[in-house]
Parts: sequence; structure tokens; C-alpha cells
Amino acid sequence: MNLEKVVFAFTIILALTLNFGFFIGDIETPAHHHVYELYAAIFVNAVATILKFGDRSHMGAVLLATSLVAVIQLVAASAVWGYAEYVEGTGLTPTVMASIVSLAGGALVANLISVTLLVIETVSLRR
Amino acid sequence: MDSIILLLLRQMRAPLLLLSTVYAVATIGLTLIPGMDDQGNVWHMDFFHAFYFVSFMGTTIGFGEIPYPFTDAQRMWALIFIYITVATWIYAIGALISLLKQESLKRAITEYQFTRQVQNLSERFFLVCGYGDTGSQLLRSLRSSRMAATVIDIDQDRIDALTLTDSPLFTPAICANAGEPHNLIIGGITHPLCDAVVALTNDNAVNLHIAIAARVLNPSLRVICRADSHEIEANLASFGTDHIVDPYDSFATLLGLAIHSPHQYMLSSWFHSESGAPLSKLLVLPRGRWILCGFGRFGRAVFSEMVRHGLEVTVIEPDTGIQDLPEGSIIGLGTEAVTLQQARAESAVGIIAGANDDSNNLSIMVTARELNPDLFVVLRQTENFNRDIFAASSADLLMASSQVLVNKVRTLLTNPLVDDFLSLARSHDDDWAMELTQRLKTISPDRLPHLWAIRINSDEAHAVSERLRADQKVLLYHLLKDHRDRQHTLPIIPLLHSNSRGAFSMPDLDTPLSTGDQLLFAGNRTSESSMRWILQNTMVLDYVVTGRVEPQTTIGRWFARRFGDSGRHHRDGKPA
Repeated sequence: MNLEKVVFAFTIILALTLNFGFFIGDIETPAHHHVYELYAAIFVNAVATILKFGDRSHMGAVLLATSLVAVIQLVAASAVWGYAEYVEGTGLTPTVMASIVSLAGGALVANLISVTLLVIETVSLRR
Repeated sequence: MDSIILLLLRQMRAPLLLLSTVYAVATIGLTLIPGMDDQGNVWHMDFFHAFYFVSFMGTTIGFGEIPYPFTDAQRMWALIFIYITVATWIYAIGALISLLKQESLKRAITEYQFTRQVQNLSERFFLVCGYGDTGSQLLRSLRSSRMAATVIDIDQDRIDALTLTDSPLFTPAICANAGEPHNLIIGGITHPLCDAVVALTNDNAVNLHIAIAARVLNPSLRVICRADSHEIEANLASFGTDHIVDPYDSFATLLGLAIHSPHQYMLSSWFHSESGAPLSKLLVLPRGRWILCGFGRFGRAVFSEMVRHGLEVTVIEPDTGIQDLPEGSIIGLGTEAVTLQQARAESAVGIIAGANDDSNNLSIMVTARELNPDLFVVLRQTENFNRDIFAASSADLLMASSQVLVNKVRTLLTNPLVDDFLSLARSHDDDWAMELTQRLKTISPDRLPHLWAIRINSDEAHAVSERLRADQKVLLYHLLKDHRDRQHTLPIIPLLHSNSRGAFSMPDLDTPLSTGDQLLFAGNRTSESSMRWILQNTMVLDYVVTGRVEPQTTIGRWFARRFGDSGRHHRDGKPA
């Protein structure tokens, strides 16, 4: 067992689960989507991205790309949140909430691909 | 470039992870700790404000406590994280800076830049390996004739010196081991515009490596290689290295030439000097007994050449361990009067100060001249930085090995036909050379005449190749006419004519030209430009060959056919 692999897999899967936890629920209802969950998802995704830096393999490059997509989607979601809350001042209307959650949904797809790739890599290693 | 970014990202992983973790903890803490708004109600900071506060706290910008003054609990949290975030930033920035100063990264960046510079070269260039005495002199003269080059040398100081030289021409250079094929590839050995590779390092093994690598990587490339020993030369010749230059042998051959045919020597030194250089004077070496100081690789080469030309030579050599020292040799440096007296300097005609040390050679010259003021002194210079003292010395013949090499290599690179011509010239006697030097002087009395080479093909000689394609003859003397007045012949000396049957020196003026021929001429620049007109312009060539100016337009031709003399001439025998 390799500790580095554990941390790596842990982070990637945690990024997916947190992302999923934020995403799940009625798309227009703010009560179903907690801000701390989004915050945690952003942080863990950022950590996952940094962990993937500097891998020369093709798999590493695709993993980094999916992570970057997820981070950008999540940051966009939080930016929409902040903009609606403080700049526009409209608060979390159903429209705003829907766009935040759908952005997070996009990140969820990227994270799913990330985990799938991780599983494929693990299976192909057969160790 | 990719590998540089990857390297940076990989090394920055730990600092970035730490930084994001610290920021995450600080932000989340601020949102959890209860604060108080201006009405005294319990207020929780939102993420937006928390992240804003942490961002300016961590970078020590410090805009203050917003949007409401902090409670003591918030201040305590901020107090802890001021230190942690600032320390983390310092660590991250320090890591980045030390990364940028890392040798491996710097090398990767330099190599990347060099590779780009070489790839972007858009004119023909030479790859010069080794920027020592010979390499730097060669590059200086290549640059002055506006020829591009790339340079690889093992010593960073020399590369720095090259970068600092003032020249309008940019020369990509890198500090790397030229013996490694990868470095030759980034230096442009496989570049389509690379014309030749010149191996001038002072390590025979490296030169050998370069020559072999060039043969394998780019078989059509010309390879000029320096070699100091005969075994290496044989090895280089075995796989078809185009030109092998040996500083000692080239020097000795020149000296031999100077001994037996002074005019040949003069011709050779003229043609090897830079274009426009003043013509050197005739040098006649006295016949009789010579003294040779130093019996190393240089001395040996000179000795065998002199003995071959029937001169009596007394050798002075400090090393007693040399087995094949000729009989009657004197042991000593030659810098003291005693040794020179033993070698009977008073009755000798000349002395060759050929030791491996410049100050010893100067001392030999001075001591010998004191004993015998009439001695003819051949002075060997080994280090280029001594050139000023040597130029000021009163030696009759100065021979700097690096200069000999530079002249040879420059001729090979810039005008290979000159070298072909000189080797053909050696088969003639000295009177032939004397006649040629006198003819050259009639064109240009005190400076080296302009030398230029042409090739008969559709690029360089459009008009001539058109005419040849139409099965009409062009003779050599047609090219020598003045393109404005064909009665007039320009002062041009054809030196060499090279075709599929071989190369011929001083070709006959009636020689018919054919496609693919190469010719070498001596003259001046005006004559060259006149010749280029004849070569390229169909109208000019027709005029020079036939004396007629043919009408160029359809109407003109019709008019000429109908009414003109030439038209009637052409219609002879045809039905009206």
C-alpha cells in the first residue's frame, strides 16, 4: 500500500462525493443546497487539482484537465452566488439557485469522469 | 516549454497545497465564529466577506475589520492566522524563487530558448562546435561576411564572451557538450538550412563524435573536422568526413610550400586571407642549415616536411625521453645562448621557434638574433591572446596555428571552390604560380581581388541555362564580356572550371559551358555584377553572344519579321 495513492484517491473521491452532496436536492430550493458544502467542494477540488500537477503521463494530463474543469465550474457557481447575494442584492431566487446548482452539476460530471479514469487506471494496474 | 511548466508545477505542489489549506481553514473559521453587527445582533460572516478579509490579511494589505468591527473571538482567530498565512506566503514565494534559481530549470529554459532561436533561423548557417581560439576567430570572420552560425561550447565563459561581442548578426549559442548528439540536434544539425558542421573542439574524441553523429543524422551535410593525430584522421576519413584539418600538418605543409615554391605559398596565403585584405609580399626562405626548436607534434610535422625538401635541420628539444629524436640533436630549451651555440646558430640560415610556449618562442627569437642577426626567424604562436606581441615582433614569418586553421576552414565554408583551385594549383610549378600572381596583380594591384563562384543552373544562371536548353552554345569568354558593350572584355580571370568530368584550373576561354558546371573567378565586384546580368538576363546574354538585340514584344517581333533585316534572315527558305 502506498500512502500517496491513498491520499490521491481519497481526495478525488471526496471531491466527487462533496460535489454530489451539494448538487442533490430540488434544483430551485436554497434549503437543499448548503453553502458550506459548496465551500468544501471547492477546497477539495482545488487540492485534487494541485495533487495532479506535474504528472507527465497521458492519464495524468486528462485527470488534471477534468479537475480544472470541475474547479472552474464550482468557482463559477460560487461567483454567481456572491454576485446575486451582494452585487445584485436579489438574494437566492429560484432562477439564481437553479443556475448555481446546474453549474455544480457540470462540475459533478467532470468529477465523475475523474473517478472513472482513476478506476480504469487502478484496474489496468492489476496490483 | 512543456517540460519546464511541468517541472514548475510539480515542485510547487507542496507550497500550493499548504497555501490553499491555510486559506480554507482561515475562511471557514471566520464564517463559523459569531460576530456582531452595528445594532449589536449576533452576526455570522458570510463566505464572501470572510474570503475577502483573509485575502487581504494573508498578503498583509490589511484594509481593516469589515463590514463591522470584530468581536474578540474573531480577533483571536485573525491573530493566529495573520502569522500562519504570512508565513505560508513567504514559504511559497521562497519555494518559487529557489525553483527559478535552480540550475536544472535554468538549463531547461536556456535550452528551450536556444532550440527556438535555431529553429527560427531563416538563412543558411553553419554549426560551429568549439568556441576556443580557432572557433572565435572563425566566427568573427564569418560574421563580418554576414554568414549565420550557431555555436556549441562546453565552457559557459566563452559563450558569455560570444554573447557580449558586438555584431549586427545574432548568433544562437549554448553551453553544452557537443559530443552528445542531442545537443547537436538542438544546435541545428538536422535543420534543412544547415550548410555544414565544423568540429573545432580541442578534444579529438569529441570531434570524432561530432563527425560520426553528423554522418548518421544528416548524411548530406558537409563535415569539417579538426584532428590532432594521424590515427584520428584515418578514422575520420574512413567514414567519409568531407574535410579533415590538422593544425600541425596544415602548418607544416604551408611551411614546406614556402620553402620549395614561394609563389605558390604567396598565392595560397592570398586566397586564404579575408576578402579585401592587403596582398602579402613574396617571401623567400633561405636554403641551408636550419635550427628547429621543439620536437613535439608540431616540430615533428615541420621536421619531416623540411627534410623532404632536402634541408638540413638541427633539432633542439628539452625532453630527453623522446625516442625518435634525430641524430645530432641538442638537448635544451633553445632560450639560452649556450644551447643555441651548441646548435651552431652562427652558421645557420634560419631558426624555427616552434616550442609549445609563446614566451619561450619569443625568447628563442631574441637570443638567436643576438648570436646571428641575419637569421631568418619563423615564429610559432600558440595562444591567440598573444597576437599583439607577436605582430609587433620582428619575425620574418609568423605562424599562428589557430589562424592557419581559421583561414582554411573559412575558405572551405565560404567558397569551397577556392580550396579545390589551390589543391589543383599545387600540381603546377612555381613559375605557373608566379605568372598567375602577376596577372592577379594587374586586376588589383595591392588588395586581394574579389573571388566569386557561380553554378550554371536555372536559379543562378537563368539565361545561360535557357540558351543551353535550346541547344545553343555558350562559351566561357561570353561571360567575361561587358554587358553594355560586347567589344569590351572585363578584367576577370577564370580560375577554375569544374564539371562532371573533373575540375580544371585556368580553363580555356573557348570552353563550352554546360548545365551543372561550377566556375570560380577573380576580378572586382563591378565585374561580378556585370557577369550576373549576363547569367540571368536572356536579352543581355543574346546581345553578348550574337551582338543583336532581339525585339522583346510580340508586335516588335512581328514588325522585325515583316520589315527588319533579322526577320528576313529568319524567314529564309520558308514559303512566304
